[in-house]
Amino acid sequence: MAVIRDVMPAFDLFQPSSIADAQKLLQQQGSDGWVLAGGMDSFDWLKDRIKKPKVVVDLSGIAELKGIRSTAEGIEIGAMTTLTEVVEHPLIKEKFKLLADAAELVASPQIRNQGTIGGNVSQDARCWYYRAGWPCYRAGGNICYADTPEGRNREHAILYADRCVAVNPSDTAPALIALDAKFVIRGPKGERAIDAEDYFIGPDIDITSLHVLRPGDLLTAIRIPSTWAGAQFYFEKVRDRNVWDFPLLNVASAMVVSNGGIERIRIAVNGAAARPLRLRVVEDAVRGKPANAATGESAGKLAVQGAVPLQFNAYKIPLMRNLVKRAIGGVAEATWTS
Amino acid sequence: MGNTGDKEQNKLSRRDLIKGVIAGGAAVSSASYLFRASTLLGQATRGAGERLLTINVNGQLRRADVMRQETLAWTLRHKLGLTGTKLGCDRAECGSCTVLIDDVPYYACSVLTHTVRERKVLTVEGLASPEGKLHPVQQGVIDEQGFQCAFCMPGFLMASVGFLKTNPNPTRSELAQGLSGNLCRCQDYDKILTAMMRGAANMREASRA
Repeated sequence: MAVIRDVMPAFDLFQPSSIADAQKLLQQQGSDGWVLAGGMDSFDWLKDRIKKPKVVVDLSGIAELKGIRSTAEGIEIGAMTTLTEVVEHPLIKEKFKLLADAAELVASPQIRNQGTIGGNVSQDARCWYYRAGWPCYRAGGNICYADTPEGRNREHAILYADRCVAVNPSDTAPALIALDAKFVIRGPKGERAIDAEDYFIGPDIDITSLHVLRPGDLLTAIRIPSTWAGAQFYFEKVRDRNVWDFPLLNVASAMVVSNGGIERIRIAVNGAAARPLRLRVVEDAVRGKPANAATGESAGKLAVQGAVPLQFNAYKIPLMRNLVKRAIGGVAEATWTS
Repeated sequence: MGNTGDKEQNKLSRRDLIKGVIAGGAAVSSASYLFRASTLLGQATRGAGERLLTINVNGQLRRADVMRQETLAWTLRHKLGLTGTKLGCDRAECGSCTVLIDDVPYYACSVLTHTVRERKVLTVEGLASPEGKLHPVQQGVIDEQGFQCAFCMPGFLMASVGFLKTNPNPTRSELAQGLSGNLCRCQDYDKILTAMMRGAANMREASRA
């Protein structure tokens, strides 16, 4: 598609300075309203004329959505906190380095200066058929262009596909799931905090959205409990280019090892399905076992059970198996198996 | 939205207000403040027309009529005549539009001008001193003949200057990391890095002097 270089089509721009005002605006606008956080995902949609919201609500002027606070239970990160702030914050570096590692691998320095943690977990799928405006399932149509014999689906799903085969592209999402974070959502009926893994949904629940937010809802903060502070962390992202690129796959794990055995563990991968996947089966299987290559090997095999490759993405199955293996057994010990 | 009549009215009243402000002259600088303050529902913030903004660019307060959907790169190039900021991809994928906002590098193609009202924008035109003495990083480019076609140069310069504010004495690989959000289609990265390293040394020298 030719790149359009003219200014974006006109929209109304609201710049509220409080969550309450933003909330009122979004409720009033319903599905006409577009929430603008850092804008790194939004502007592509608007510039390409694929999405044409009448009203844009810019959250950048809301101070209460920004910043990282220490709380009794752990830390709270405002949804409009930039990824650079997340990477550089001393508390996150000290206690939850997993999240800093994940955020540091997002896109490019300029994008991390502008992109927010709330936007990173709420961004839309990168399937190019969908992004280019093809009338696919995710866009409300009744066909998937990627899941065809000729469809370009190297980046697409190997697990839990249901008509749509797009994947969730977030790097911070699996890290937040591994850290057992809670997402705070302000909606028309008040505030609620949900588990990180419940924030993300697959096409079986809603084929047009990667997350649970509905018109009028606002993700206001992410809370990370102290439960996993200072645990043994592992984050790895595999991508084609070392800058800008979204993950082909990534893995995030938090593990507590005592006397050589895995006492507790949370592990998640992204880029494999329409939602980041917490690998509960793996967690249950490796608890009590030594954190070594052998455990990692069997964990990797368990992780990819049921995986169904498309025409061009079969490589993701050994990739995911090996990423899980490395997360549990360590990089030095866990040699690559194809 | 079901309130078109109301919207029309607001549009008119805003236009009248802008006219009034222009006629009044002296009240211009307060116009953006008036609009900004009206975040309450149903006030004159509605509508998709242009509106008068005062933004701080290169240390000067510049006035411009800015559409709500206008990007900073567009305002700089087409409204303020600052064409040193280049537009490569217009999709946050190349870095040639990089400017500093409050000393931090951003892609100007992906920032709405309406979000920088209270902030300080620095473009490549603002690097040299008013007397024309080049910025130490610009001097580094001349010293090392750092670019081929140099279309990407303004973006690289701004990304470098921004990065060097946080790390004035980087290793070559740290600087490469800091500049990884900028592309050069001539693939001249090695020479660019050499020039930017020289620029960093020039800056340290200048701050010692």
